[in-house]
Amino acid sequence: MYKLFAIANNTFKETIRDRILYNILIFAVILIGFSYFLRKLDLLQDPRIVIDLSLACISIFGAIISIFIGIGLVYKEVEKRTIYTILSKPISRPFFLLGKYLGLLMTLLVNVAIMTLVMYLALAFTERGIDLGILRAVFLTYVELMLITMISLFFSCFTTTTLAAIFSLSFYVIGYVTDDLKILGAKSGSYLASQATGLLYQVLPNLNYFNIRGAIVHSLPISLEQILLSTAYGIFYIAIFYTLSIVIFSRKDFK
Amino acid sequence: MTAAIKIEGLSKFFRVGFWGRRVQAITDLSFEVRRGDLFGFLGPNGAGKTTTIKALMGLIFPSGGQAWILGKKAGEVGVRSRVGYLPESPYFYEYLKGLEFLDFYGSLFQIPKKVRVKKAEELLKLVNLEGAADLHLRKYSKGMLQRIGLAQALINDPELVILDEPMTGLDPIGRREIRDVMVRLRNEGKTVFFSTHILSDVEMICDQVGIVNKGKLITTGKLGELLNPRIEYYEISFSRLNPAELEGLKPWVTNTFQDGNLVHVTVPAEEHKDGIISRVQKAGGTIHSVIPHRESLEEYFLRQLNRSG
Ligand SMILES: Nc1ncnc2c1ncn2[C@@H]1O[C@H](COP(=O)(O)OP(=O)(O)OP(=O)(O)O)[C@@H](O)[C@H]1O
Ligand SMILES: [Mg+2]
Repeated sequence: MYKLFAIANNTFKETIRDRILYNILIFAVILIGFSYFLRKLDLLQDPRIVIDLSLACISIFGAIISIFIGIGLVYKEVEKRTIYTILSKPISRPFFLLGKYLGLLMTLLVNVAIMTLVMYLALAFTERGIDLGILRAVFLTYVELMLITMISLFFSCFTTTTLAAIFSLSFYVIGYVTDDLKILGAKSGSYLASQATGLLYQVLPNLNYFNIRGAIVHSLPISLEQILLSTAYGIFYIAIFYTLSIVIFSRKDFK
Repeated sequence: MTAAIKIEGLSKFFRVGFWGRRVQAITDLSFEVRRGDLFGFLGPNGAGKTTTIKALMGLIFPSGGQAWILGKKAGEVGVRSRVGYLPESPYFYEYLKGLEFLDFYGSLFQIPKKVRVKKAEELLKLVNLEGAADLHLRKYSKGMLQRIGLAQALINDPELVILDEPMTGLDPIGRREIRDVMVRLRNEGKTVFFSTHILSDVEMICDQVGIVNKGKLITTGKLGELLNPRIEYYEISFSRLNPAELEGLKPWVTNTFQDGNLVHVTVPAEEHKDGIISRVQKAGGTIHSVIPHRESLEEYFLRQLNRSG
């Protein structure tokens, strides 16, 4: 447990000081802040624009950050040859991966927290005020980001950073359009296309389950059950991709 | 007691390139390192030293054969708490400071914080980096990284220390310091296994050496026993000998070398040595030195490498 924390903490230290990460974060923060000024325009008086845009920012920039920190994780350790000393200590490979992943989750948490704070800062000046209910949407977005981070980590176990970025990004996009893809495939009339999109739909995680942003923006009711189910769904996929990562990582030669 | 390191028929090939061409890195390697020995693992570039060491540390999986460290299968996680390892040209987390770095590695052994920090300070002193405890590794020189790498390998007070080319990148003083540390560890009863391609590194300090070339073991044993104890040749230097007399020595010497007034000759046969000395003296020459040459490790090495092709 102690060792796990040591690795996680070291990973956190490593990623949190990345300049590129700061740039992404600053960009997101500016956009969220900008949503407040958008509202000033006559057309968009509604405070909902602030929530809508902020939550979208947290999801999209959060995903970019997740992919960015996830893809380099294993590859960088191998490339920089720091992995030799770590793995020569009494640390098993699955344990090492888990520690690294937990470190990334810490980094991610800090980033999401900062974006959320800025959103609340902007909201405080509107009639909606500090509505803590929005945190439910942020929470599910965080679960989604946890999954994306794990998927990036999975790809980083066997491909270069560039390829891992492309694959992870595809995962993110397909995760959102998987419903539409299936419908499209079924409508296409081609047997092959409908089977292929059907398979994608079955196998790949559907990221729409983590998206309750619309309901939150319009203050629609959301059951606790729905949140818990979505969380379980996320953790299930995280476990699957962690297992796959271990299988690949445990057989790897560090040459 | 089991051997500190035991390797049996170890082989490893890598696949390279698009077609997965096989590159044999080590072939059917077998040898043992006894506990308490200071063992030099010697071989030219590309001989397979690093590959062997990585297999011992469980960083790569052998294609054939087996290896044990401290009686446990190589690659087992538990046994690594009793082993220290310095990789070849090491790179470390450069955003950490010297002391922080050692502290981090100590924490991976679950050494309590207090003990860890004390040990880290001790080790920094051992490798002469006391002044660099608060410096980021990013700002370390190559030699300093090599030293902190050694310190890192000793943080858990290991029974077996495996060092891959611990002296590369060090100046002569640094090399000596590392050599002293290795001898000290051996004297404390630890087993030290290190690789190098520099003969003088092993000549002075090793109890045992193993020599590899092109992935195959050429020999192991005590250095003194491996080297030819016989005197190979004499080098005689003299001056003031007339050219005609010098010409007369030719049948018995293999090499003549003129250096100002001094003439150096190489006499391969022991029985001719005294004859030549008296001949030079009779002709009015002055003998300056007579140096017997034993086979050096260098020559032994070349002889073995030539034999193995
Ligand atoms: N990752 C790899 N892929 C392909 N071939 C490799 C790889 N690593 C090593 N080799 C090959 O295996 C052989 C042994 O390499 P190794 O690094 O073990 O040698 P070494 O004795 O450590 O050499 P050096 O003194 O240069 O460090 C070499 O022929 C090398 O080309
Ligand atoms: Mg090497």
